[in-house]
Amino acid sequence: MADKADPKPSGDNRPALALHVPEPKFRPGDQADFSDIDISEPGAQPRPDEATKPEDMKELAYGLVRVLGDDNKAHGPWDPKLDPETLRTMLGHMAMVRAFDERMFRGQRQGKTSFYMKCTGEEATSVAASMALASDDMVFPSYRQQGILIARGYPLIEMINQIYSNKGDKLKGRQLPIMYSSREHSFFSISGNLATQTPQAVGWAMASASKGDSRIAATWVGEGSTAEGDFHSACTFATVYNAPVILNVINNQWAISSFSGFAGAERTTFAARALGYGLAGLRVDGNDALACYAAQQWAANRARANQGPTLIEYFTYRAEGHSTSDDPSGYRSAQEREEWPLGDPVTRLKDHLIAIGEWDEDRQAAMDKACAEEVKATTKEAEKNGILGHGLHHPFHTMFEDVFEELPWHLEEQAEQATRERKIKWPDQHPMDGAGK
Amino acid sequence: MNAQTNTPAPVEGEAPDTPAVSSRRINMIEAINEALDVMLGRDDDVIVMGEDVGYFGGVFRCTAGLQEKHGKTRVFDTPISECGIIGVAVGMGAYGLRPVPEIQFADYIYPGLDQLISEAARLRYRSATEYIAPMTVRSPFGGGIFGGQTHSQSPESLFTHVAGLKTVIPATPYDAKGLLIAAIEDNDPVIFFEPKRIYNGPFTGYYDSPVEPWKKHPDSEVPEGYYKIPLGKARHVSEGEELTVLAYGTMVHVAEAVCKKKGVEADILDLRTLVPLDIEAIEESVKKTGKCLIVHEATRTSGFGAELSALVTERCFYHLEAPVERVTGFDTPYPHSLEWAYFPGPVRIGEAIDKILSD
Repeated sequence: MADKADPKPSGDNRPALALHVPEPKFRPGDQADFSDIDISEPGAQPRPDEATKPEDMKELAYGLVRVLGDDNKAHGPWDPKLDPETLRTMLGHMAMVRAFDERMFRGQRQGKTSFYMKCTGEEATSVAASMALASDDMVFPSYRQQGILIARGYPLIEMINQIYSNKGDKLKGRQLPIMYSSREHSFFSISGNLATQTPQAVGWAMASASKGDSRIAATWVGEGSTAEGDFHSACTFATVYNAPVILNVINNQWAISSFSGFAGAERTTFAARALGYGLAGLRVDGNDALACYAAQQWAANRARANQGPTLIEYFTYRAEGHSTSDDPSGYRSAQEREEWPLGDPVTRLKDHLIAIGEWDEDRQAAMDKACAEEVKATTKEAEKNGILGHGLHHPFHTMFEDVFEELPWHLEEQAEQATRERKIKWPDQHPMDGAGK
Repeated sequence: MNAQTNTPAPVEGEAPDTPAVSSRRINMIEAINEALDVMLGRDDDVIVMGEDVGYFGGVFRCTAGLQEKHGKTRVFDTPISECGIIGVAVGMGAYGLRPVPEIQFADYIYPGLDQLISEAARLRYRSATEYIAPMTVRSPFGGGIFGGQTHSQSPESLFTHVAGLKTVIPATPYDAKGLLIAAIEDNDPVIFFEPKRIYNGPFTGYYDSPVEPWKKHPDSEVPEGYYKIPLGKARHVSEGEELTVLAYGTMVHVAEAVCKKKGVEADILDLRTLVPLDIEAIEESVKKTGKCLIVHEATRTSGFGAELSALVTERCFYHLEAPVERVTGFDTPYPHSLEWAYFPGPVRIGEAIDKILSD
């Protein structure tokens, strides 16, 4: 065994090195102060042509594209100029996401399922962004993009059946709650392994391009997961093959308890990652629904015109815990949410609609109530299919199906074993009724 | 007899439209090249990609000429990123393509493991068949070419341990072509390991003897055109009553040569597919001979031989007349200068045969 080297050999006058371990600015009990965050004026950022070379729009990877001002009006060249009806639809989807999150979180606390993840504060990054895509553009989401499914009209009852892992769950109770999949809605199966979806989205886009298709792909990944090798593979393949893909990085500041500094945020922006790869990079106010829409639309136009991929950083804030298994009061200041300088995305869009005379507080209250009631009624309907661990699930044999296209002998044998065990454990139930704990 | 016989003539598959007609003798590289060529021609959704596979045609020449014939968007080079290669292949499969990525050496496959194990292998299951990963990952594996520890490994048991992956290993040019075509047509992800020591000739393990080219071996007779060999069916290399030998890849030829030299009448099975495994052929043979030798080049502990030994013991115990024996590589990295000390060659196999037969 080699001896440890003397850290300071005699006669060496080189200075001692120091290891830097990042530390967030605020911990529990600290006064949160975000005044040092550089926030661009709404409307101040230029909107280049979609064919612009990445090196000619570098500043957009460091600034912040913003449309909605403190006056609640839309400003500047990034204003997507959406009609009021579209804005109300967008607000409706965001309100529905919030109502759904509230109900499902409560359902987990009531023991109806094992797990849930809210996206509170980040609704615009999925709802508004996905509304800028065509409905058949393929999305490869991470786990906090329920807003895409809601914006694409995926039935709430399918989502709840999946969350309850009940007999109505079309994923047959195999996936952790919220790991949805819907081919019909061009929504890829969600993985629990982080950033794996990013090269997959690039591969899908490469396939679409190789076939002369017109559909593009978009993927969503958290800022923490950009540290995974998969993300860098995705950026490399995207630029090498000029793939028609959009890489959306949701910078919500926190990866469970690790602040964005552990993914490199102390040194540069996540949008700036784009520049080293030769990708177009945009950094956007993620709590500004109009900016989110406009950025995604810009990137979609660029991809569809064979002008190349775009990496978009959405600067936002995870207002709640990572999941139902997380308690953020243990690692961050409770004031952060209140002090967050970019406000709340739902409130900002609502205030904008009111400011342009297309909405009012009464209509908002009525919409919030209608969303809550729809979710409540759908939840009751879904509960008829069962809740996790209380009876109704898919038949035992389905556990062995779909591992392969055809059941090989060893799985057939193991399926027989499971059926035998079931008869011993629950002798009074018919093996094929799909019931039984 | 469930296992197929060794004769190259009978053509498997369901392609009355394009029957394979004439045949000629070719090596395993040419056989693999032909399988890719046939599938690129038959199915517009097949694409071939990997490091150096495009213009250059692959470091082992398996993809030579394919880019020129089928075009740059069907056969192309990739960045040096196994994670990316497998990751984009998952996405291409979700789109509807049938990607055939090459990993230049099996030793390089590890950066792609998460995409294989957590993504490709699980996709059908986790999406309840909404999405599948119909990819075939080709990769040269095994030692015997002085590749040192990073160009010699046999990592097959890492993949046989994963639910949802199929693992296929050919031992002859005839099988390489037919199995590769079947793997590409399969709707599940397939790991297709090519024993690179026998790319050019059937290595017998007597490394100081002159290399015999494939053209002298009857299994180098390969039909032109399309044919396939079903996954999950073993091949009977030789019939015998004295003992059963279970092997795959290079070791099929080494075991056969040792048995021949020793005058042992062995029932040698080339497994061809590890998952799904041809358990019927194994049981039938072991119940006939009562003795079983398992040979693989991979390291011993938790190697696929352990699985085979357990299966044989569980299912044939009352027919066994001697303990099941395993001949494997040692539990060390593959050493460069001591390659032939590591390799489970004729001495190690011969000793195990003597032991089984004397029991």
